[in-house]
Amino acid sequence: MDSPARAVPHRFNRPGGIGFVSYVLVALVILWSLEGAGWSVDRLLSSPPKLADFFSRAWPPSTHNLDRLAWKMVETLQIAVSGAAIGIVLSLPIALLAARGVLVGRGVNLVVRIILGFLRAVPDLAWALVFVVAVGLGPFAGMLAIAIDTIGFCGRFFADDMENTDPGPAEALTATGARRIDIAASAVIPAALPAFVSTGLFALEKAVRASTILGLVGAGGIGIELKVGFDLFDYPTAVTVILMIAVVVIGVEQIGAVLRQKIMGPGR
Amino acid sequence: MRHKATGVGQQVIDLQANSLSKRFGTAAPVFSGLDFSIRRGECVALVGANGTGKSTLLRCCLGLIAPDAGRVSLLGVTLADLGGTARRELRARTGLVGQKHNLVPRLSVLSNVIHGLLGRHSGPRYWIQGLAPAEARAAAMAALEKVGLADLALRRADQLSGGQSQRVAIARALVCSPRFLVADEPCASLDPQAGEEVMALFMSLVKREGVTVLFTSHNVQHALSYGDRILGLQGGRIAIDARSADVTPLEMAKLYG
Repeated sequence: MDSPARAVPHRFNRPGGIGFVSYVLVALVILWSLEGAGWSVDRLLSSPPKLADFFSRAWPPSTHNLDRLAWKMVETLQIAVSGAAIGIVLSLPIALLAARGVLVGRGVNLVVRIILGFLRAVPDLAWALVFVVAVGLGPFAGMLAIAIDTIGFCGRFFADDMENTDPGPAEALTATGARRIDIAASAVIPAALPAFVSTGLFALEKAVRASTILGLVGAGGIGIELKVGFDLFDYPTAVTVILMIAVVVIGVEQIGAVLRQKIMGPGR
Repeated sequence: MRHKATGVGQQVIDLQANSLSKRFGTAAPVFSGLDFSIRRGECVALVGANGTGKSTLLRCCLGLIAPDAGRVSLLGVTLADLGGTARRELRARTGLVGQKHNLVPRLSVLSNVIHGLLGRHSGPRYWIQGLAPAEARAAAMAALEKVGLADLALRRADQLSGGQSQRVAIARALVCSPRFLVADEPCASLDPQAGEEVMALFMSLVKREGVTVLFTSHNVQHALSYGDRILGLQGGRIAIDARSADVTPLEMAKLYG
């Protein structure tokens, strides 16, 4: 075989000084985090028998309370749908204020985006705790928590969707003297509508996942059944609840994926 | 600079640009010290190679981009002196036909044309054709009739051919009876035949209605045939300002050299 005219290049480049230090630092942070999280090989190795014991006591799943659990699942979906719907509707005007170059100036955009960031930063369970205090135990608190969480999510992404629309139609209407609100309603929102629907479907999927555990803090839905199942060592019922949650969440995700595909096409 | 255009005499000036300059960031100026005027009813072709600032100049003339220096007076009003409301009122008498047609793709042809009235009327009734007042729908249909697309009024804009789409954009620009129109390479995205048809239609409509027009084109023949006057940009300056009948193809070719 002929030898190549040039030397064969190295398979990998040797990292520079800063690169090497960076790798070491990342490795140290991961080790430090594992230690903080109580990493224990002994406990991990001793867990399979306990898991096996749990499943032997949990299996087969209970079908005794299926009617009650089904109604609780319906309530869970009602919390998710109503909370997501209210959140999506309220997100639109808020997103108009957050989108750069659409309705208001940069200062207002920044303030609204910071508020939306705060709404997203607080976990949905924390919002549920707040609303349980504010409006009492039950699904209403859960619905409000989902609505606030959805506003944080959709408000930001609706704004991004509007910023990413083709600026041409808006410019053509600006040249005819149209007001900003008319341009937003006539050109920007119709162009962003498919993206809004996609984002809204993601918000609904997120709301369904969140609503299944809001019951842990008394904010309605099937989560309370999960908590009671474990508290009373009624593992068959707890496993039934987990399986119901999995079926519903996967089902909603699949429906969402099909609808998104129909609306957005295969590209997105 | 070649400057054959004669004085404007007593005729009304619709656009007056004085010492107009524009640069983006720290780059060299796109153009500087431009002086020209356009008389009422005149159709002026702005030509020049890519990157000579034709589109930027058009947008400066409409106040969509602020120049770094100089002054634009449009329909007798100095743009720099205008507040938001006065600027909108002035723009209600102008229009822009873009290279990319710039229709809202998901809306009907009729809704897109009704949007051309938003400079004079505001509010949800002008956002979609289903809510629009009868007179707005009638005006939009009349504009579509002029461009020969009345039978496609309810078709979605994203289901039109390129030529049809540009004709709808022309109807949208004309529906508010503008005094001054700017067209930025209106045929650039069309095949030669469609481009020829659209350009002929556009020019016959604006001439019939006496609209003052400033348009750009890379098609030298379009510029010479449809422009009463040629403004040639080269190196950030006006290299040609002459009646189109007085401009030779060689002079035009030099602009792109």
